[in-house]
Amino acid sequence: MEQQIVKVKNKRGVRVIPGFGLSFGVTLSMLSVLVLIPMASVFVSVGKLGLREFVDVVFSRQIISSYIVSFSCAFVAALVNAVFGMILAWVLVRYEFPGKRLMDGIIELPFALPTAVAGISLTYLYSDQGWIGSFFDRVGIKIAYTRIGITIAMVFVGIPFVVRMVQPVLAKLDRQYEEAAMMLGAGRARIFFKVILPELFPALIAGFGLAFARGIGEYGSVVFIAGNIPYKTQIAPLLIMTKLEQYKYEDATAIALVLLLVSFVVMLIINSAQIYMQKFSRT
Amino acid sequence: MKDQIEHSYEQDIVGDDIYSIRKVIEPHRDDVDHVMKYVLIGIAAVFLSVMLIMPLAVVILNALRDGWQAYREAVLDEYTVKALQLTLLATVCAVAVNTAFGLFASYLLSKFYFRGRQVLASLIDIPFSISPVIAGLVFILTFGKIGWMGDFLKAHNIKIVFAVPGVILVTIFVTFPFVFRELFPVMNAQGKDEEEAAALMGAGGLMIFRRITFPHIKWALVYGVVLCTARAMGEFGAVSVISGHLRGKTNTLPLHVEILYNEFNTTAAFAVSSILVIMAVIILIIRSFIERKRKI
Repeated sequence: MEQQIVKVKNKRGVRVIPGFGLSFGVTLSMLSVLVLIPMASVFVSVGKLGLREFVDVVFSRQIISSYIVSFSCAFVAALVNAVFGMILAWVLVRYEFPGKRLMDGIIELPFALPTAVAGISLTYLYSDQGWIGSFFDRVGIKIAYTRIGITIAMVFVGIPFVVRMVQPVLAKLDRQYEEAAMMLGAGRARIFFKVILPELFPALIAGFGLAFARGIGEYGSVVFIAGNIPYKTQIAPLLIMTKLEQYKYEDATAIALVLLLVSFVVMLIINSAQIYMQKFSRT
Repeated sequence: MKDQIEHSYEQDIVGDDIYSIRKVIEPHRDDVDHVMKYVLIGIAAVFLSVMLIMPLAVVILNALRDGWQAYREAVLDEYTVKALQLTLLATVCAVAVNTAFGLFASYLLSKFYFRGRQVLASLIDIPFSISPVIAGLVFILTFGKIGWMGDFLKAHNIKIVFAVPGVILVTIFVTFPFVFRELFPVMNAQGKDEEEAAALMGAGGLMIFRRITFPHIKWALVYGVVLCTARAMGEFGAVSVISGHLRGKTNTLPLHVEILYNEFNTTAAFAVSSILVIMAVIILIIRSFIERKRKI
């Protein structure tokens, strides 16, 4: 009886655990000072720029082409990561083999390795004289200082996202559905595409989206390998940097705002896709 | 031998093991599965060695290309040591601030229910999804010459942009949600029954945290700190915007790598990189150690 009273009171909002005021105050003030107030400056600064100027900046030829480079390379890189991330997650969950722990650990390397280091070593590896670059150079394919190079750098930074999203879902997957499908005579490919993939799809989409968003924003590992040729291999974050060096703060802010909007939309699509898929798979 | 195998088949079928029934229906399926297993492991191994292991090898080999003496000179160079010091300072600050924030924020969001809880959680995540270059830009727009706090700072002779405080601030910003993201799911899953019971029995706030909440989140906290350290010491884009690249003053280790590389001093650039590679490898080892601890 007494317990019930406590519970009812709780629902009305009487807090038993101490520390609400303190933790609320600390959280909110740190968040405001370190994140929210600085973020608000973007909108203040864009506000100084008139609508016409904003449109002029955002739709200038150089900036449009940098968006195209950024988005197309990030999209291809995210696709590559989705495919290989799926294979990696599958291998790590379903098979036992020597060196598995090492493989599991090294996947996190792009999170731990500073992007600038990754940038210079990828550039070295894929340039005309590098181990891999020289091999492709003989066939006539240039990798460093082209869009292929940018894509490779984006693949590098995005590897852990898909693997770490798919891995836990795959591990929890109940294998009896696969067994049932097998007994009913489904082939390997059919089991994968009709039974396993639909279950993994939300995680795969989430991993894809995170890798895509990371690719768009990535700077350190891409600048070195990109070569930064205007209209060809200039990525959007680099253009922000260039504008800042020319003290064109308003232009830089305008480009940044577009990038922010795009990553916001990407996140929104991922979230709704996940919610939709969850509803879909439950019924 | 053959008898034995056949015998075990029969037993398994009686035991209703699905894989043995399959063996009878489709005897070659296991061979194909075996081939597929090794093909997939092979693809995974090749992909990882080309994309991850080779870049690491490149750094180490190039760092030592001109011999041990040249390596030592590059690493013990005055500017390198200064850059290392600044990197460590920024990392320590970021980890300290974000650990404190992560503890308070995840305690708040997991133990109390209030309006706007979801909004708060997504606001905390903002720095995670932002391009590092934009993170740097944000601080220039706030504290820089054109920023709305610029005049105030100038009047009081405080330098943030192109100075050490700016480097520390952006490092804190880009790693802001890292500890929180690790702590929150663990605290949320644990619920608040235990804390409530303790509070009803008269325990104070500090006592509840120390005796009840903390033991549950110990490893998640260490994990968050490790991730935060990794990101803080390697941050490049954001720091590069705000530091102004003043050698020996506002240069962090990753920025120093960039400067050396752009001066075509490749060996030195890779030598300095190797310090960061060693730090990254140590972090990975600690990470996998904690991962195992948490599973137990």
